[in-house]
Amino acid sequence: MADVKPRIKLDKKQAKKGELVEVKALVQHIMETGQRRDASGNVVPRKILSKFVCTVNGKQVFAAEFEPAVSANPYIQFKFKAEESGPVVLTWTEDGGATIVGQDSITVT
Amino acid sequence: MTLLPNRRQALAIGASAAAAAVLPLSAVPAFAANNSADLIKAFTGGKTATEGKVKLDLPEIAENGNTVPMTVTAESPMTDASHVQAILIVADGNPNAGVATFLFSPASGVAEANIRVRLATTQNIIAVAKMSDGSFFTASKQVKVTIGGCGG
Repeated sequence: MADVKPRIKLDKKQAKKGELVEVKALVQHIMETGQRRDASGNVVPRKILSKFVCTVNGKQVFAAEFEPAVSANPYIQFKFKAEESGPVVLTWTEDGGATIVGQDSITVT
Repeated sequence: MTLLPNRRQALAIGASAAAAAVLPLSAVPAFAANNSADLIKAFTGGKTATEGKVKLDLPEIAENGNTVPMTVTAESPMTDASHVQAILIVADGNPNAGVATFLFSPASGVAEANIRVRLATTQNIIAVAKMSDGSFFTASKQVKVTIGGCGG
């Protein structure tokens, strides 16, 4: 999954300290629920992105745990408080441990 | 490749589809009494959640149960002394009630998250917020679902 590139959009690239920055992210993933059956009638096993973490300059600002009820190609929108300039790193972890990582940056004045 | 239905079959399919479409949307959920209460109890440790402080934004009617936009917000100063630690989302009519858990800290600035969810049928979405002082707050919203989104 290293080649999957998430789409990330910050509503501002520069922020004053204490300002809220909004993050929108979209990642391609089938989010297989474990509820579907294939043509032979066998259950298609669950395989979803079950964890999401956002760090800014190494510090966690938001995280989420997803269940199969989260739609395919999961979209997430959240905010963080601008404190330090640095990389904004978004990491999704699939059942089984594989990860998808996307990065942007924020400059805080 | 299946043959196209002949005219008589097509009319029959059309008639039954029309009949199904006018059934009331307030039917009992197909997965009545799922594990939503258990998930909430595990999250709160058995503590009662007070109604309030949490706001759930969901459409009244979801045309496509595969992707229903949902925003949850919990009021809080989000300071070290007083902030939202987590918000649990459950759906009481899905085969499994768990939807998501959002984790916040003062660094989040605001306890708010927006995702898209799969809903199998008309049901209630329940949000429970855990505060840093150990208290819990909750809100719920009913969503009418026209086409279920659980791949069945």
